[in-house]
Amino acid sequence: MTDPSVDTVAEAIPAESAPLINHHISPVTLYYKIFGLLMILTVITVAIARVDLGFMNIVMAVTIATLKATVVALFFMHLKYSAKVTWVAAAAGAIWLCVMLALTLADVLSRTWIPTPEAWL
Amino acid sequence: MSDAHSSPYLHHHFDTLEQQRQASSLGMWVFIAQEIMFFGGLFLAYTYYRALYPEAFAVGSSLLSLGWGGFNTVVLICSSLTVALSVHAAQVGNKNGIMRYIVATMFLGVIFLGVKYIEYHAKFDHNLVPGRNFQFEPHDAHAHTAPVEFELPALVASAQAQVPQMAMPAMDGEALHAEEEHGELSFDPRHLQIFFSLYFAMTGMHALHMIIGIGLMFWLLRLAGTNRFAPEYYTPVELFGLYWHFVDIIWIFLFPLLYLI
Amino acid sequence: MSDSDASSPSAAPARNYLNFATTAKSWLLTLDHKRIGLLYLISIAFFFLVGGFGASLVRLELLTPDGNLLSAESYNKMFTMHGVIMIFFFLIPAGPGVLGNFVLPLMIGAKDVAFPRLNLASWYVYMTGASFGVAALILGGVDTGWTFYTPYSSTYANSQVILTGLGAFIAGFASILTGLNFIVTIHKLRAPGLSWFRMPLFVWAMYATSIVVMLGTPVIAITLVLILLERGLGLAIFDPALGGDPVLFQHLFWFYSHPAVYIMILPGFGIISELISCFSRKRIFGYGFVAFSSMAIALIGFFVWGHHMFVSSQSVYAGLIFSFLSFLIAVPTAVKIFNWTATLYKGAIVFRTPMIYALGFLGLFLIGGLTGLFLSSMGLDVHLHDTYFVVAHFHYVMVGGMVMAFLGGLHFWWPKMTGRMYFQGWAIVTAIVIFVGFNLTFFPQFLLGYLGMPRRYHVYPSEFQILHVLSSAGASILGGGFLMLYIYLPLSLFIGRKAPRNPWPATGLEWEVAESPPSPHNFETTPVVTEEAYNYAHKDHAFFEQDIVDILPEEDENV
Repeated sequence: MTDPSVDTVAEAIPAESAPLINHHISPVTLYYKIFGLLMILTVITVAIARVDLGFMNIVMAVTIATLKATVVALFFMHLKYSAKVTWVAAAAGAIWLCVMLALTLADVLSRTWIPTPEAWL
Repeated sequence: MSDAHSSPYLHHHFDTLEQQRQASSLGMWVFIAQEIMFFGGLFLAYTYYRALYPEAFAVGSSLLSLGWGGFNTVVLICSSLTVALSVHAAQVGNKNGIMRYIVATMFLGVIFLGVKYIEYHAKFDHNLVPGRNFQFEPHDAHAHTAPVEFELPALVASAQAQVPQMAMPAMDGEALHAEEEHGELSFDPRHLQIFFSLYFAMTGMHALHMIIGIGLMFWLLRLAGTNRFAPEYYTPVELFGLYWHFVDIIWIFLFPLLYLI
Repeated sequence: MSDSDASSPSAAPARNYLNFATTAKSWLLTLDHKRIGLLYLISIAFFFLVGGFGASLVRLELLTPDGNLLSAESYNKMFTMHGVIMIFFFLIPAGPGVLGNFVLPLMIGAKDVAFPRLNLASWYVYMTGASFGVAALILGGVDTGWTFYTPYSSTYANSQVILTGLGAFIAGFASILTGLNFIVTIHKLRAPGLSWFRMPLFVWAMYATSIVVMLGTPVIAITLVLILLERGLGLAIFDPALGGDPVLFQHLFWFYSHPAVYIMILPGFGIISELISCFSRKRIFGYGFVAFSSMAIALIGFFVWGHHMFVSSQSVYAGLIFSFLSFLIAVPTAVKIFNWTATLYKGAIVFRTPMIYALGFLGLFLIGGLTGLFLSSMGLDVHLHDTYFVVAHFHYVMVGGMVMAFLGGLHFWWPKMTGRMYFQGWAIVTAIVIFVGFNLTFFPQFLLGYLGMPRRYHVYPSEFQILHVLSSAGASILGGGFLMLYIYLPLSLFIGRKAPRNPWPATGLEWEVAESPPSPHNFETTPVVTEEAYNYAHKDHAFFEQDIVDILPEEDENV
C-alpha cells in the first residue's frame, strides 16, 4: 500500500499546489462599489416596505435580503474566488435551512386543510 | 521532515502554507454553515409564528423603531466595508492599514451595540419585554416609533384575550385596518409577547455574536501590533473577516423581517 | 489516569505516543489526536457506567408491577438520567470522539487532525458539559425525559432543567468542534495517493457523521437556548397560554435529534465495514455503494424527523411526507446490510472478537432497522407510539447497533491504541454474554410494547410482569457482560501480550505503516497510497495462516 522509495513530501505533492501565495486580491475600488450597491439595496428595501403590496411585501423583502447576502458572500467574503468545496460548505448551510423551513411549513400550512371537528372547539 | 517548506507560520502537521491556509479557510466556512443552522432555528421559529399570527407580527413590527433599525443597518454595512478593507491591507502587508480598519470596525460595532441598548431600553420603558410585566399600550408606543398610520384602541390586556386561532388569514395589513375601524383588535395581544420574545432572542443572539467579534478584534490588534502578520500569513484577519461578514448577513435578514414587514 | 496508561507498554525502547512524555500535564494539554482519543475513551467509559446505573435501577423497579422501589418522581429522574447521559455524553461522542479521533488521522496518513487545539478544546468543552449534567444529577436530577418536551420542561418541571439543558448545549459544541475538524482533515490532509475512493469506509462514515453534526447540532443548541430563555428569563416562545406551540419545539428538537441517531450509528457502520472486510479476508462487496449509502443516510436522515410527531397535532399531510421519506431511508441502510452479507459470502471468515461483535451487529441492527419501518408507517405508529416497542426498537439500533459496533471497533483497534493484546478467551465470552443478555433484555420489550405497555411508566398491570421479569433478568446478564469489559481491558494494559504492528493482519495505513502504538507524529515519513482499500485478495494466505493462526495459542496462555 505504501511506497517507501518516496520519502519526502515534496516529491509526492503535485506541483500545482506548491506555490505559497495564490490568493485573489480584489482592488479596493471593488469594495467601495459593493458598499454602494448594498446601501442602494437597503434604501430600496425600506422604500418598498412602505408601499402596501400585500403578500408581495415579504417576498420582496426576503428577495432583496438574499441578494444583499449573496453580494456580501461573493465579494466581501471572496466566495467568488474560492475553491468549489467552499461553495459547497456555504450552500449546504443555506440549503439545509431551506429544508428545515420547507418541511416544517408543510406541517403548519396544511394543518387546516382538514377542518377541526365542531365538537373539539 | 519537510524542511524545504518550513516557515515560522507553518504548523508541524501541514506540509505547505497553502495547505494550511486552505484548511483554515474551509474550517471557517464549515463553521459558518453551522452558524447558519444555529440562527436557522430562530428563523424557523419566526416563520412558524408569523405564519400562525401574521396580524400580531405586523403590529409588533410597527412598534419597533424603523429609524434606529435602519441606522444600525447602515452602521453594519459600513463595518463590513472596513473589515473587507482591513483584510485587503493584510493581503498587501500594510500593518497600519490592518490596525486602522480594525479600530474603525470596532468603533462601528460599539455604535451598533449602543443603539441596540437604546432600543432595548425603550422596550423596557414601554413594558414590551415579555414576562409578567408585559403590557401593550399602543398610544405610548406610538409616541416614539410610529410609521403606522392608524391608532389602535387601548385595551385591557386580559379581557379581550381570544382563543389562539390556527386559521391563516391573508398576510397583509388590511384585516388590521378593517377591524380597527370597528374598534376591535384583529389580533390576540398575547401573541405580541411571542413577537417580542423572538425579537429579543434573535437580536440578542446577534448582539452576542457582535460582542464576541469585538473581543476577537482586540486579539487581532495585539497580533498585528506585534508584527505577526505578513502577506503569506494573515489567516486570523481573513477568518475574522468571514465571521464579521456573516454576522452582517444575519442582520441583513433580521432587519427586514423584524422592522419592515 | 494518565501515568499508568502511559508507562505500561514502555518495555520496548521504541518511542511512541504513550511513552514519549508521561507527566499529567503532557496528557491534559496534549494536542495529539491519539491521546485526546484516549481521554475521550476514559470519559465516556465513566459516563457509560453512570448511565448504566440509571438503567439498572429502572429495570429493578420494573420487576414488580406495583413500583415499590422508587417513587414515581425518582423513577422519572432515573430514566431521564439514563437517556440524557447515554445519548449526549456516551453515544454521540463514542464514535467520533474515541475511535474517530484515534483512527481517522492514522487511516488517511496524516500527522494529526487539521486543528489540534480545537480538538483538545473539544474534550474540555465535552467535560464541561458533562460536569453540568453531573451537577444536575447531584442537585436533584431532572425529570423531563431526555426529549425535554415543552411546556413541561419550559414551564412546569420542578427539577434541574436549566443545568441539564446547559450541559447538553455545551456538549453539543464539543461534537461541533470534532465534526469541523474531521471534515477539514479529510478534505485537506489525506496522504498523497489517497483519493476519495481509496479511503477506508470508516473515513467515509466519519465524513457523513461530521456533516450531520455540523448541520444538525446547532439547531438543538438554539432550541435548548430558547427553552433556557423561556424558563430562566420568562420569554414566551413555546408557552401555549400565550399562543406558543409545543409542536414547534418538537420540530426543532427532532430536526436535530433524529439525525442525531445517525450521528450515533454512522460511525458504527464504518467500523462494521472495516471488521467484516478484515475478518472475511475479502475486499468489501460494492465499495462505492457502501460509501455513498453513508452519504445518502446523512442526507435523507434530515428529511424524516416528523415521524416522531405522527400523534402530535402535526398535519396529516406532513405526516404522509415524513412517513414516505422515512421508508426511503431504509434503502441505503439495506444496501449496507446486503453488502456486508455479500462480503461474508465465500469469505474466509475468522472468528476473532471484533468479528463476533460484527456478526452480532448484523442480526441486531437488522431487527432494529426493520422495526423502524413499523414505526414509520403512520397507521401502525398510532398503536405503537410511546410504547415499549419504541424503546426496544431504539435499543436494538443503539445498543445492538452502535454499542456492539463500538465494542467491536474498540477490540479491533485496542492493540493499536495500547500496544497490548487483550485476552481472546475472555473477550469472546464477554461478547457472547452481551449478545445473549441484550436479546433477553430487549426482545420481550417488543412484545410488551405491542401488547400496549406504555414507556416511562413505573406501575403497570400485573399481566405484563412475566415479560418485565424476563427483561430485567436479561439486563442483569447484559450488565454483567459490560462489567467484564471494565475488568479485562484495563488488565490487558499491564499483563497483556505485546501487540505486533498488525495482529489481524489488516489492510490500511494504521495497520501496515504505523507502529503499535504509533509514534507521536504517527508516521516517520508521510506514507504514499498506491492501491485501493481492503485489498485482501492481494494479501495472500501466507499472511493469514502464519499470523492469525500462530497468534491464537500464544494468546490463550494468557487467558
